[in-house]
Amino acid sequence: MKIHEYQAKAILRDGGVPVPTGEVADTPAAARAIAERLGGRVVVKAQVHAGGRGKAGGIKLADDPGGTEAAARAILGMRLKTPQTPPEGIEVRKVLVEEASSVARELYLSVTLDRARASHVVMASEAGGMEIEEVAARHPEKIIREWAHPALDLQDFQARRVAFGIGLAGEQFKQGVGLIRNLFRLYLAKDCSLAEINPLVVTKDGRILALDAKLNFDDNALYRHADVAALRDIHEEDPLDVEASKFNLNYIRLTGNVGCMVNGAGLAMATMDIIKLAGGEPANFLDVGGGASAEQIENAFRILSSDPSVKAVFINIFGGILRCDRLAEGMIAAVKKLGLRLPVVVRMEGTNVELGKKMLAESGLSLVTAEDMADGAQKAVALARRVQSS
Amino acid sequence: MSILVDKSTRAVVQGITGREGAFHATRCKEYGTTVVGGVTPGKGGTTHDGFPVWNTVVEATAQEWANCSLIFVPPPAAADAIMEAAAAGISVIVCITEGVPAADMVRVREFLASTGSRLIGPNCPGVITPGQAKVGIMPGHIHREGQVGVVSRSGTLTYEVVHQLTRRGIGQSTCVGIGGDPVAGTSFVDALRLFNDDPETRAVMLIGEIGGTAEEEAAAFVKAHMQKPVIGHVAGMTAPPGRRMGHAGAIIAGGKGTAAEKVKAMEAAGIHVCRSPAEMGAMVEKVLRAG
Repeated sequence: MKIHEYQAKAILRDGGVPVPTGEVADTPAAARAIAERLGGRVVVKAQVHAGGRGKAGGIKLADDPGGTEAAARAILGMRLKTPQTPPEGIEVRKVLVEEASSVARELYLSVTLDRARASHVVMASEAGGMEIEEVAARHPEKIIREWAHPALDLQDFQARRVAFGIGLAGEQFKQGVGLIRNLFRLYLAKDCSLAEINPLVVTKDGRILALDAKLNFDDNALYRHADVAALRDIHEEDPLDVEASKFNLNYIRLTGNVGCMVNGAGLAMATMDIIKLAGGEPANFLDVGGGASAEQIENAFRILSSDPSVKAVFINIFGGILRCDRLAEGMIAAVKKLGLRLPVVVRMEGTNVELGKKMLAESGLSLVTAEDMADGAQKAVALARRVQSS
Repeated sequence: MSILVDKSTRAVVQGITGREGAFHATRCKEYGTTVVGGVTPGKGGTTHDGFPVWNTVVEATAQEWANCSLIFVPPPAAADAIMEAAAAGISVIVCITEGVPAADMVRVREFLASTGSRLIGPNCPGVITPGQAKVGIMPGHIHREGQVGVVSRSGTLTYEVVHQLTRRGIGQSTCVGIGGDPVAGTSFVDALRLFNDDPETRAVMLIGEIGGTAEEEAAAFVKAHMQKPVIGHVAGMTAPPGRRMGHAGAIIAGGKGTAAEKVKAMEAAGIHVCRSPAEMGAMVEKVLRAG
């Protein structure tokens, strides 16, 4: 799960990682009031779950409260388009107003999971402000990595090595070591999947601050962090994705016109791929899960067919725990309730397949049946093309 | 022969009194697996669906020589259940549970390193050696005894390939679902090493997916050590970056973990990569004929 910068900074502040003083506002007037309280120059930052905000016009400097109000007016309500947002952009609903810092050095610091080593890794670099992937590609020697012990966590000597490695000295070194330890502790305590400070800055008056902050969380651990789960902002998600999550369906909306409904994540990805191989484009990823109920099937079908860009649906089920007869039952109920607006191709295999096929045949619904995955994909792509052009 | 599970497997089901645990304990037994009973703390001394229930795993090992565990306990207790099985001396631990926090798995892996136990999963369909033992949730009837090893991060996509193989009369030595989580007990490399050493396995079908670098590591192992042909597939060619595709580990992050990179690494290592998920069985057949 992702959260906003202002939420991440509040967590960092509580965890002993210094951040600039600031507050969040959802109106230009509120932004002005914050600037009045702070005094001096401020930065007004669009709060959306995407990077690249500066280049897209989502970050502005202001010299006084009047300028802050104007900056907030320009940013609030705009659809921010960056390489990380959907093509239509994300509407900005909140801005973070914080004291402007005079920066002497920009550094990079993060903690994440190293999957290959099955341990948490602290990464740091003197090349702050750049995407870490870019630094890794261009100057791999500039990235310092310290892997924490899987059971004993990060040791002080490791935090010191990181701090020395990014050229901190004197008072800043002391502050930096504390900051690294605190960030690691917080990453573990909150079950983050990524805690990234980019840039981490040394100010001209010698302070170390997290100028930007990104915290991502392990969805599997949210059950033990109600405070974090409460920070979810559904405005940042596609409405159909949000609707699907209510029914425990794994749904991701894409840009094609062949909708698909599959059981199991791997088979769902493979189904998207085979639609592409058949010359079409998948409209979504949808995994109804191993033990889907008839009700979940019905909701999945409803969500799929409510996407206006979907022109044909391909249902690909390999019955294991999810029996084919249960799928058929859910499908029949869904179609009876919602009607059949679009051509639907069904491919079923596995547990109780004969019963499932018989139920669909006897239902009188005009479904197209497929022999195997490739056959189903070809039929669905052809039907989508016909509907699209009619 | 085969790998991980066979006729000598004596399985105990942790979480046997739950809905899934009870259902699959019976299905495994029906397939022919020796299921000695189950464990649910606090329900020891009772029976459930005809299976004896113990409070602790060590009772199952002491009384019934259990050597394999199948875990269905919910995510908050899964890490503990795995460690309990390892501490009781269980050699093969299969964790089906989906949704175990990654940080828990980091600690579990460290715990397991000091024991002789091998963990399969979590978030996996389990292991089956056709005709001998099924320790998992896969539909048993689609499998057939034979000589192709199957290893995969996915559940139903594995059923798909097994079905394609069986329909062509190609049987499987053992099928291992290593799971879709970012931190797992058994990697592709671990499974390939076991298949390489198994005289009954002639070829291996490896099914990867986007996210992480497990396929690249597998490719490096194949190039350096594998003495048998490997046929590969990577799911998620069309997956968008930055989105988790169902599995916790299936995500293209920071431009890394794409299907294209994995296919490239696999092909460079001499793996026969099959682009279409509908052609996996045909590709295995072709490779077996050529070999």
